[in-house]
Amino acid sequence: MNPGIDLQHTFVSTLTDLGLPLGLAKLLWIPLPMALMLIAATVSIFVSVWLERKISAAAQQRIGPEYVGPLGVLQAAADGVKLIFKEDITPAKADPWLFTLGPAIVVIPVFLSFLIVPFGQNMVITDIGIGIFLWISLSSITPIGLLMAGYSSNNKYSLLGGLRAAAQSISYEIPLALAVLAVVMMTNSLSTIDIVGQQSGYGILGWNIWRQPVGFLIFWIAALAECERLPFDLPEAEEELVAGYQTEYTGMKFGLFYVGSYVNLVLSALIVAILYLGGWSLPVPIESIAGWLGVSETTPWLQVVAAGLGIVMTLIKAYLLVFIAILLRWTVPRVRIDQLLDLGWKFLLPVSLVNLLATAALKLTLPFAFGG
Amino acid sequence: MLAAALGVVLLSSIVYSAFLLGLVFLSIAGFYILLNAGFVAAAQVLVYVGAVNVLILFGIMLVNKQEDFRPLPHALLGKLATGAVCAGLFALLGTTVVSTPWAISSEVAIGDRAIEAIGMHFFSDFLLPFELASVLLLIALVGAIILARREFIPDLDAAAEEQVLTLPERPRELVAAGVNESDSE
Repeated sequence: MNPGIDLQHTFVSTLTDLGLPLGLAKLLWIPLPMALMLIAATVSIFVSVWLERKISAAAQQRIGPEYVGPLGVLQAAADGVKLIFKEDITPAKADPWLFTLGPAIVVIPVFLSFLIVPFGQNMVITDIGIGIFLWISLSSITPIGLLMAGYSSNNKYSLLGGLRAAAQSISYEIPLALAVLAVVMMTNSLSTIDIVGQQSGYGILGWNIWRQPVGFLIFWIAALAECERLPFDLPEAEEELVAGYQTEYTGMKFGLFYVGSYVNLVLSALIVAILYLGGWSLPVPIESIAGWLGVSETTPWLQVVAAGLGIVMTLIKAYLLVFIAILLRWTVPRVRIDQLLDLGWKFLLPVSLVNLLATAALKLTLPFAFGG
Repeated sequence: MLAAALGVVLLSSIVYSAFLLGLVFLSIAGFYILLNAGFVAAAQVLVYVGAVNVLILFGIMLVNKQEDFRPLPHALLGKLATGAVCAGLFALLGTTVVSTPWAISSEVAIGDRAIEAIGMHFFSDFLLPFELASVLLLIALVGAIILARREFIPDLDAAAEEQVLTLPERPRELVAAGVNESDSE
C-alpha cells in the first residue's frame, strides 16, 4: 500500500541534514505530534459542546447559545472561563487528597488514549503493536477515579453515583472488548493502522460495518454506556442522585469531569470510525480516483490532498457519530440500573460471544472476505 | 512503588491502602514496559488495576463499617513478631535471588511479536494450566452466583448479617444489584 506522506521521516531527515545528531532530531520530533493531538482534543471539546447545545436546542425547538461569538460558537470558551474563576471548594469532611486526585485520574487515561488514534497511514503519535488493546486497558482505569471522587466527597449521592459509574463501566467493558476482539480477529493485528488498512481497498464496501453489523451495534451501545451518555447516564441521573459523583465538585475540578466526558465521547466516536467505518479512507478509494485522473499515486500534491482528505474523513465520521449520540440523548429515555445491568450481562455479553464465534467460523470458511 | 507498597501495608485507612494498591499495580506495569513487554503491561493494567482493584474498592465501599479498633493487649509483641517474620522472609528471598544462577537470555526481547508467542505457548505446552485456570474461574463464578442467590442461605443468618453490615442511611437493595453483577465477572 502507498505509505502517503511521512512527516516524521521528513522532519528527522531535514534536521539531520542541518547537522544535528539523529537522536536529538527524533527527540525534537516527539513533543510535536503530542502537543498537536492535545490541542486537537481540546478543540474537539469546544466543537462537541457547541454541537450538543445547538442540537439539543433544535431538538427542543429553542435557539440555543447565540450571543457569544457567531452562532454562539464561543459559548464553551465562556463556560470554561467561568469555571476557572469559580471558587474551588472542598467540602468540610471530604478527603482533600482523594477529592483532588479523582478528577485527574478520570481525565488522564482519556487523553492518553489519543496515542493510538490514527488520522492517516503515518499520522498517528505512535503505531504500537498493542494498539487498540491499550485503549481498552486505559479506559479500565477510569472507574478508579470515579470511585475515588464518589467516596471522598462525603456525600451519599456521590458515593452511589461513583458505585453506579464503576459498576456500569466494568460491566460494559466486556462486551466492548469482545466486539473489538472480533474485529482484531479479522485483522490479525491489534494495531489501529492495520485495522484501517484491512478495510481499505474496496471503498465503502470494504468497511467493517458490513462484515460486523452486530459487533458495530454492540460496540456503539457499550461505548455510549462507557461515556455515560444518555440513555445510560445513570451515574449522574439528576432526578435520583442530584449529579452523582460530581455533586460536590465546583470550579475546574468539575470542569475536568466535564472535559473528560466530552473528550471521551469524541474519542469513542473516533474509535468507532476507525474500527467499523474505515478510519481515514474515503467512500471511493483514493487510489482509484487517482487512476481515473491519470495521476501517479506518489505525486506530492496528491499525497498532501489525500492526507488532508483523510483527516477530514475521520473527523466527519466521528462527528456524525457524535451527532447520532446527541440525537439519541433526546430520543431515548434513561434506563433503570437493573435494566442497565440486565442489558449488559444477559443480552450484550451472550450476543457478543456468539458474534465472536460466528466471526471465527466465517473466517475459517470464507477466508477471502473475513481475513484469512 | 516501594513507597506505595509500604503504604498499602502500614496505613491504617483501608481505602488509602486500596488506592495505593492500584498505584503498586500500575508501577509493576511500568516495569513490564521497561522490559519491552507492552502487551503484558497493558494486560496488567486491564486485569489488576481495572478489575481486581476496582472489585476490592467495591467491596470496601459496600461494607465500610465506621468502627475504631479496640487496642489489643500485647499489640507490640505481635507487631515485633510479624516484623521478625517479614525480615526473615526478606532475608531468605534476598539470599535466594543473589545465590541462584539465573539463566539470563541474551536474545533481544520480541516486543510487539510477544502476543503471537504467548498465544502459541498457551495452546501448546501451557494448554493444561490455561484450561485449569478457566475451570477455576468457572468454579468461582458458580460459587458467587450461589452466594448471591439468597434462598440458599438460612434466613436467620442473613438477617443477623444484614444488621451488622448495613449503615442506617444506606439501603442495601440499591447497591446489592451492583455488587452481585460485578462479583460474577
